[in-house]
Amino acid sequence: MDKMVPYPSGAIVPERDVEKTPILETHHLGIDFGGLTAVDEFSITVGRTEISGLIGPNGAGKTTVFNLLTNVYQPTRGTIMLDGKPTAGKTTAQVNRMGIARTFQNIRLFSNMSVLDNVKVGLHNSVKEGFFASVTHSLGYGKAEKKANERALRLLDFFSMADMANADAGSLPYGAQRRLEIVRALATNPGIILLDEPAAGMNPSETAELMENIRRIRDTFNIAVMLIEHDMSLVMNICEGICVLDHGKIIAKGTPDEIKSNPAVIEAYLGKKKEADGNAQG
Amino acid sequence: MSIASKYKALSKYARTNIKTYGLVIIAFAIMFPLQSTGTINNSISGQLVPICTYIVLAISLNLTVGILGELSLGHAGFMSVGAFSGVIAAAAFRDSVASDPLRLLIVIIIGGIFAGIAGLLIGIPVLRLRGDYLAIVTLAFGEIIKNIINCLYVGIDSKGLHFSMKDTASLGMTNGKIVLNGPQGAVGITKIATFTAGFILILITLFIVLNMIYSKTGRAITAIRDNRIAAESVGISVTKYKLTAFITSAALAGMAGALYAMNFSTVAPKKFDFNTSILILVFVVLGGMGNIMGSIIATTVLYMLPELLREFADYRMLIYAIVLILVMLATNSTKAKLITESVKFKIKGVFVRKNKDDSDKGEVTDNG
Amino acid sequence: MTFISNLINGISLGSIYAIIALMLNFAHGDVIMIGAYVSYICTTSAGIPPILSVVIAMAVCTVLGILIEGLAYRPLRKATSLAVLITAIGVSYFLQNSALLIWGSNPKTFSSIVPFDSIALFEGKLIITAESIVTVAVCIVIMIGLTLFTKNGKMGKAMRAVSEDKDAAQLMGINTNSTISLTFAIGSALAAVAGVLLCSAYPVLIPTTGSMPGIKAFTAAVFGGIGSIPGAMLGGILLGIIEIFGKSYISTELSDAIVFAVLIIVLLVKPTGLLGKKINEKV
Repeated sequence: MDKMVPYPSGAIVPERDVEKTPILETHHLGIDFGGLTAVDEFSITVGRTEISGLIGPNGAGKTTVFNLLTNVYQPTRGTIMLDGKPTAGKTTAQVNRMGIARTFQNIRLFSNMSVLDNVKVGLHNSVKEGFFASVTHSLGYGKAEKKANERALRLLDFFSMADMANADAGSLPYGAQRRLEIVRALATNPGIILLDEPAAGMNPSETAELMENIRRIRDTFNIAVMLIEHDMSLVMNICEGICVLDHGKIIAKGTPDEIKSNPAVIEAYLGKKKEADGNAQG
Repeated sequence: MSIASKYKALSKYARTNIKTYGLVIIAFAIMFPLQSTGTINNSISGQLVPICTYIVLAISLNLTVGILGELSLGHAGFMSVGAFSGVIAAAAFRDSVASDPLRLLIVIIIGGIFAGIAGLLIGIPVLRLRGDYLAIVTLAFGEIIKNIINCLYVGIDSKGLHFSMKDTASLGMTNGKIVLNGPQGAVGITKIATFTAGFILILITLFIVLNMIYSKTGRAITAIRDNRIAAESVGISVTKYKLTAFITSAALAGMAGALYAMNFSTVAPKKFDFNTSILILVFVVLGGMGNIMGSIIATTVLYMLPELLREFADYRMLIYAIVLILVMLATNSTKAKLITESVKFKIKGVFVRKNKDDSDKGEVTDNG
Repeated sequence: MTFISNLINGISLGSIYAIIALMLNFAHGDVIMIGAYVSYICTTSAGIPPILSVVIAMAVCTVLGILIEGLAYRPLRKATSLAVLITAIGVSYFLQNSALLIWGSNPKTFSSIVPFDSIALFEGKLIITAESIVTVAVCIVIMIGLTLFTKNGKMGKAMRAVSEDKDAAQLMGINTNSTISLTFAIGSALAAVAGVLLCSAYPVLIPTTGSMPGIKAFTAAVFGGIGSIPGAMLGGILLGIIEIFGKSYISTELSDAIVFAVLIIVLLVKPTGLLGKKINEKV
C-alpha cells in the first residue's frame, strides 16, 4: 500500500494520486428529509485510484451518501465534484456518464434478462447503435452487437462468470448476483465505483475472494473504489482511507491505523461493535 | 443434424422469430385463398381486416404495457388519431393518387405519423407519472381525443381542406365534400383496405417490435421495466427510452387505425372510446405480457369469440364476460397457480425421468 | 343567478362522484346502475314506497358487493394490479350484460325519489331542486359518518390498517378477508344510494348508465388523492363543478375533455393528487 499524503487542501490521498485531480470531492454536503437532517457537513476527497471505505453504525446515513453522490437524491446543501466537474442539477444517468457507477445494498439486477444482457445494458452508452439500427437490425447493428457481446463476455470472464452468460440473472446464486452487479457497474466504464455492502451475506472464503477482486478492479481498470461495509476485517484490510459516519456526520477520517485508534470511533462504533462481538461469543 | 436439433440449437431470439412470423404467414396462406374464392362466409371474411388491425394494436400496446411495463388505458386514442388523419389524407389524395394500394400506403403512413406526434405530445407529460396515476391520465387523454374529434368538422373542395370546430356550415365551402362531420365522424370513405394490406402491416409491426426487443433500444426499455433505478444508475436516460417505446407504440396504433378506417364507409369517433382501449388491453393481458405471439393468438381468438357465440345471441357478451373472469382467475389466483405448478411438476417429472434414462444410455454407448 | 345555480348543480353532481369515489373498483359504476334498477323496479312494478325501495336497493347491492369481492377479487389478493383491473372489467361487462338481459336496452325513465318541490328564490330567478339539496346533504352525512367510523370504531381502524398494508395488518391479527368484505359491503350499499340520487337528478336509466360516472369517480379519487376520504370528497365535488361549468360556459360536447384536461394538469403539478401523500422511493 502507498503512503497516504496530503493534498494542498489537506485531504489525504495515496501518494501515487497526489499529482492528479481527485476523482471525487464533496464540500459540506447535506440533505434534509422533511426537516430531519439525514446527512450534514459531509466533505471528502477520493484519489483517482484510491480504495476507500465508508463505515458507521446502522442508520448513520451511509447509503444516503451514495444516493447523494449518484444524484438519486438532490442535496439540500453543498457541492459534489466528479473528476473536477460539478454534478449539481444532473440526473442519475448523466452522472453515471460523467464517471460514477454503483451497486445496491438490496441487489437490483434486471432479473428477467440474461446475465449477458445485464452486462450489455451496462455497456449501453458505449454501444454505437441508433434507434433505426435497433429497429431494422442493419445500419451497423451487427457490428455493434458483436462488439458489445465480446466486451460483455470479457468483463464476465474477469469475474469467472462467462459460463453463466446465458442464464437468467434472477436465477443466479446470491454471491454471483452481487458479482454481476459489480460487472454491470464496471461496464459503464466509470472513474469511481461505489459498492454498497458488497460482502453482505457472504461466507469468509467468498469475502476473501471479494477482497482480491476489489484490488484487481482497482489495478486492472485503474479506477477508485469506495465501499460501505460492516465487515471490519475487510475494510481494515483493503481500504487506504476510511471515513466514519455517525448520525449523518463525519466523526473521523484517516488511514485504517488512525481509525482503529481514534477514541471517537471506538466510542461510537468499534467499542459498541467489540462489546456486541464479545457478547455474541460469550 | 436433424431439423429438430438444428431448431433447438438456435438462439431463443431466432426461435421466437421463426414461430411468430411462421404463425402469421401460415395463417395468411390458409385464409387468403379461402377469402378470395369466397369459401368462408361473409361474416368471417368481413372480420379479416379488423382482426389484422387489432393484432397490430395488441402488439403495439404490448410494447407499452408488456415490454416497457407502463399501463396505458388510452390506446384507442392513438388508433383514433390515425384513423381520422388517415381519412382526411385519403380525401386529400383521392384525385392526385389514382392507385388504391399506393393511396392506402400514404394514408397508413400519415396515420402513423400523426399518431406518433400525438404519442410524443402525450408521452412527455404522462411518462413522468407512475402506476395508477399514469393509467388514469392515459385514459383521460384517450377521452379528450375522442371528445375533440367529436367536435371536428372537415371538408374538402377545389381550394383544399377546410377545418372547423363548430359545424359544417362554418367550413365556408360552396360545393365541397364533407370528410368529417362531428359526432357522425368520417362519412363517404372509399373502402380501399384489403386483407393483404392487413397482413403486410402485421409483418411490418412484427419486424419493428421484434427487432426492437433484441437490440440496444429494447434492452434499455426492458431494463427500465425491470428496475428503473438500476437502469438510471448505468446511464440510461429513462425519459428518452420511455418516450421511444411510447411513440413507437402510438405510431403503430395510428397505422392500424388508418387501415381500420379504410375498411368501412363510415367511422364514428365514439368507436374509439375507453371500451376499445380496454378491449385491446384484454388481448394483451390474456396473450401474456411481453409475449408477442400470445398477443396475436389472443386477439384472433377473443375477436372471433363473440362471432362464434353468435348462436347464443343475447347471451354471448355475458358468456364473454364470464370467460374473461374465469381466465383471469385461472391464470392469476394463488390457488390456481399452486394447481398448475403441481401439474407442471408432475409432467416434468415424467419427462425428466425419461430423458435421464436416454442420456444414461447415451453415456454407456459412448464409453463402450 | 345562473352562476349560483350551476354551482349548486356542480356540487350536487360532485357529491355523487364523491360517494362513488370512496371505493376504487373499476366495476363500481355498474353496481350503481344495478342499485338504480332495483329501486326503479321496486317503485314501478311492486309499488313499494321510494324510501323503502332505496333500502332494498342497498341490501341487494351489499349482497352483490360481497359476492363480487368473494368470487372475483379474493382469489386475486396476491396477483398484480393489472390482473385485478382486467377482472374488474370482466365483472363490469358481466353486470352490464346481465342488466341488458333482465331489463332490456330500452331506456327507463326514473322518477325522482325525493318527495319535495324545488325551492324558488329571488322571485323565481334561482331555482334549487330538492334533489340537489338531498344529494349534498346525504353526501355530507355519509362523509362524516365514514370519517367517524374509520377514526374510532374497531372495524373502521382495521379497515384503515388493511388499506395501508394488508400483510402487516394480518400479522397484527386483523382478519383481512372479512375486513375487505365489509369494505365492499359498505361501498356497495353507498353505491346504491349514489345510483338512486344520480337517476333522480338525471332520470335516464340504461345498462351503461353507471360506466361514465364510474370512470369519473375513479378520476375524482385520483384527483383528490387515492385512499383518503376528504380527498374523494374534494376530488368529486371539484370534478362535478368543473363538469357543469364546462358544460354551460364553454361547450357541452367538450365538457368531459375539460374535466380530464384539468385532471391532467393537477397530476402534473401534484403527481399524487390534491391531498395525496408524497411517496419517497426507497433506494
